[in-house]
Amino acid sequence: MAGMTTGHRLGPLDDIPVGEGRAYAVGDLMIAVFRLRGGGVRAVSAVCPHAGGPLADGLVDRRLVVCPLHQHTFDLSTGCSTTGQPPLTVYPVRVDADDQLVLEM
Amino acid sequence: MRRRLVVIGNGMAGARTVEEILARGGGDQFTITMFGDEPYGNYNRIMLSNLLAGVEEESGIFLNDLAWYAANGITLHSGRRIARIDKYAKRVYADDGTVTPYDKLIIATGSRAHVPPIPGISRPGRGFHQGVFAFRTLDDTRAMMRYTREHERAVVIGGGLLGLEAARGLQNHVSHVTLVHAAGHLMNAQLDPQAGEILRRGVERLGIEVVTGARTTEILGKHTVTGIKLADGRHIPCDVVVVAAGIRANVEVAEASGLEVERGVVVDDQMRCLDEPDIYAVGECVQHRGQTYGLVAPLWDQARVLADHITGRNPQAAYHGSRVATKLKVAGVDVAAMGLKEPEREDDETLVFSERKKGVYKSVIIRDGRLVGATLIGDVRKVAFLMQAFDRGLPLPEERLELMFDLGAPPAEVSAAELADDAQVCNCNGVSKGMITACVADGVKTVTGVVDQTRAGKGCGTCKGLVAQIVEWAAGGAIEEDPAASWYVPGVPMPKPELMRVIRERGLKSVSAVFATLAPGGEEDARSKMGLASLLKMMWDDEYVDERDARFINDRVHANIQRDGTFSVVPQMKGGVTTPAQLRRIADVADKYGVPMVKLTGGQRIDLLGVPKEKLPEIWADLDMPSGYAYGKSFRTVKTCVGSEFCRFGVGDSTALGIAIEERYQGVEGPGKMKLAVTGCPRNCAEAYVKDLGVVAIDGGKWEIYVGGAAGAHVRKGDLLATVGSADEVITLTGRFLQYYRENANWLERTYAFVPRVGIERLRRIVVDDSDGIAADLDAAMARAVAAYRDPWRERAAPVTPGQFRPSLPLIEQPRVPVRESVPAGTPGPVVPTAGSPEWEA
Repeated sequence: MAGMTTGHRLGPLDDIPVGEGRAYAVGDLMIAVFRLRGGGVRAVSAVCPHAGGPLADGLVDRRLVVCPLHQHTFDLSTGCSTTGQPPLTVYPVRVDADDQLVLEM
Repeated sequence: MRRRLVVIGNGMAGARTVEEILARGGGDQFTITMFGDEPYGNYNRIMLSNLLAGVEEESGIFLNDLAWYAANGITLHSGRRIARIDKYAKRVYADDGTVTPYDKLIIATGSRAHVPPIPGISRPGRGFHQGVFAFRTLDDTRAMMRYTREHERAVVIGGGLLGLEAARGLQNHVSHVTLVHAAGHLMNAQLDPQAGEILRRGVERLGIEVVTGARTTEILGKHTVTGIKLADGRHIPCDVVVVAAGIRANVEVAEASGLEVERGVVVDDQMRCLDEPDIYAVGECVQHRGQTYGLVAPLWDQARVLADHITGRNPQAAYHGSRVATKLKVAGVDVAAMGLKEPEREDDETLVFSERKKGVYKSVIIRDGRLVGATLIGDVRKVAFLMQAFDRGLPLPEERLELMFDLGAPPAEVSAAELADDAQVCNCNGVSKGMITACVADGVKTVTGVVDQTRAGKGCGTCKGLVAQIVEWAAGGAIEEDPAASWYVPGVPMPKPELMRVIRERGLKSVSAVFATLAPGGEEDARSKMGLASLLKMMWDDEYVDERDARFINDRVHANIQRDGTFSVVPQMKGGVTTPAQLRRIADVADKYGVPMVKLTGGQRIDLLGVPKEKLPEIWADLDMPSGYAYGKSFRTVKTCVGSEFCRFGVGDSTALGIAIEERYQGVEGPGKMKLAVTGCPRNCAEAYVKDLGVVAIDGGKWEIYVGGAAGAHVRKGDLLATVGSADEVITLTGRFLQYYRENANWLERTYAFVPRVGIERLRRIVVDDSDGIAADLDAAMARAVAAYRDPWRERAAPVTPGQFRPSLPLIEQPRVPVRESVPAGTPGPVVPTAGSPEWEA
């Protein structure tokens, strides 16, 4: 397996309402996947590094997610915080031909 | 080759200017020669009063000792007086006949004590009468201290700053001190008569006798001083006289050398003497734009400009004058004064507070919304803020009283500059002053930019003012006006009225439509969604196109998110009245779901805390009660007391009215929370005075309606909006006020800010008297909102969005599901479900 990326099917894209996020447990990882308005999906680690807030419950736009607990913000593409917190892990995620969410690991 | 720089004057101005020049690499450009009258290095003249008062040693007042001059290659001629400048030949001539050529010359001759020509004050050819002293130099001070060892009664002539300091200092040496002042009140240059009177009491309390309106006409005594005589014939016996009747600029050298001199040596904005490209002047000897200065702060400003210019570091450097603000302990009394001491124009606003007994006096003068003058005596806690507002022309608080007092917000008394770097500024988010200044140093130059990055001020908001002050201070005036400050939300560049007009004109009924049409580049903005959702719901009611992603999580799942990602459930309990059946049901639900905490809320309801998101629908179903809206920016509760039904004091049925109000306005959204109360008598058990809207029953079947109260991070008693005669009128005015608030308040602006911003008189005219003719519209709009109410907990039957109640975090005991199978990227494979979400597993 070394060096190879594998795709994990998370489920149908339609399980995530447009513009919202949902959390997925993949092995030991908790991953928040967001379905952006205007298309595209993003996946980041699901727990806010500040105080453990549930990022999948956060408001998002094309660029950022806002943690619902203390309004820390993170860039969905880089994982970097714009409010001085440690970064999130970003996971490559895509939608396949069958409209399934696929997480690359 | 290095040019020759000559400085006439080795006082604070001369030495400070040389220091500034050296700091700009001037040591490599110039060979520096300084001339000083006094046979010492350079000392801090301000400290002479401390020396006199015995709180400072002589060694402690020296700024630069002789070694400093040597170390910096400066030739110091102390005790050598310059008599004349030859500006054509570029030379200076000293009293002793020596001649020194210069390329650049700085005149820093300072000022001297003004000695009025009082008969007997001096002896022909012998200087002062024995026992008479000026208070200006180290020698003066030494001589005075020596002389007072043998003497007991001192008179100080002059009740200005220096005279007061001298009087206080002399108390250390003689048993009796009298201060004699020609003007009608002390410090008349800085203070108005009332302030002067308060200061006088403070000074007298220290044991100094004060005589004002007293012109000294003669110094008595044949060989030594025995007393003084006043214009009204009074004699005051004494054996020491100290003259502190002001200062005069030392301009003789400049004048004798053909330089332009008025009250001081006239200089331009680069501190150059008029028409003399190579001669500068600085300090108390100069006159700039018609102004002379006798305090130290302007001198520092001048020295910097001069140094910037003469070294070529910044040839554009310009001195524009100083706004003089002083804060000092005058003879043991705290005094701060800045700008005007009295109003000058008819429309200048003035506020005066005077508490003679405590020796406290405060006055502020405002012109066109800016601070143009302030005086504080006895209590100078607000001085940092006032000085900043005065110096920078900052906008002033709406509540003008906050200029003088801290109204429920203690931290504002600390000035940005005074705070330690590690001092915590935002107590909610743990942001220190250092973190804010670092953010500014990184290039963020707007208050909102810093707030966004550091999150300082994003908690309860009480520190916002201080955060703004620190940003301003850190940016050193280079602060940029943030246009977004006036916008309703950061992502759409419009203030609320304009935004509402455009939304209506274009028929924009969803948050995404607003972004697409009105945001720059059509770009959506996460931080703006909630505010827009609230606004659109208010404007369109049933026509609003509800996009769930624009809601905050609380509004998506109708519960309040807690620190661990669980939620709290608060069923509606109108007016705080419940029944045994209801309580039993709540208890059963708490048992069944193992609710970790059951708690009474401040709004007289019952809170079930620690409920996982996925359990919410089941709990609501089992409770079978409507939502109490304890999570939204919306109408929350109506707190009541037992009123007339049971209470022996109650004069109105507050419980019934509270229930009726809650019944009608339940769930109505707004720009901020709306917490209400109805109390049955003015004893105020339901805390109606500190609610967004509070109703108080008064005798005679009447009700008072208060608005704009608060008892959270900000504490404010509400303003009386109206007194009405019936419960129906209360309900109507409540709806009308809330609707006006909904339409006109900024996002997250609570009524405690909104009401004073609009003004209670104006609100009363609109809401009660219908001065704008909009009362019927307000009532109709509120009626539509009331009609659009649906209990959100009904969503339990069918989730509105997929996974609406799916957990977003591994909660307490979430089983982890292993990755069952991995597949190469792109190939179909089994779903990896999230554990613990019922509809997911179904």
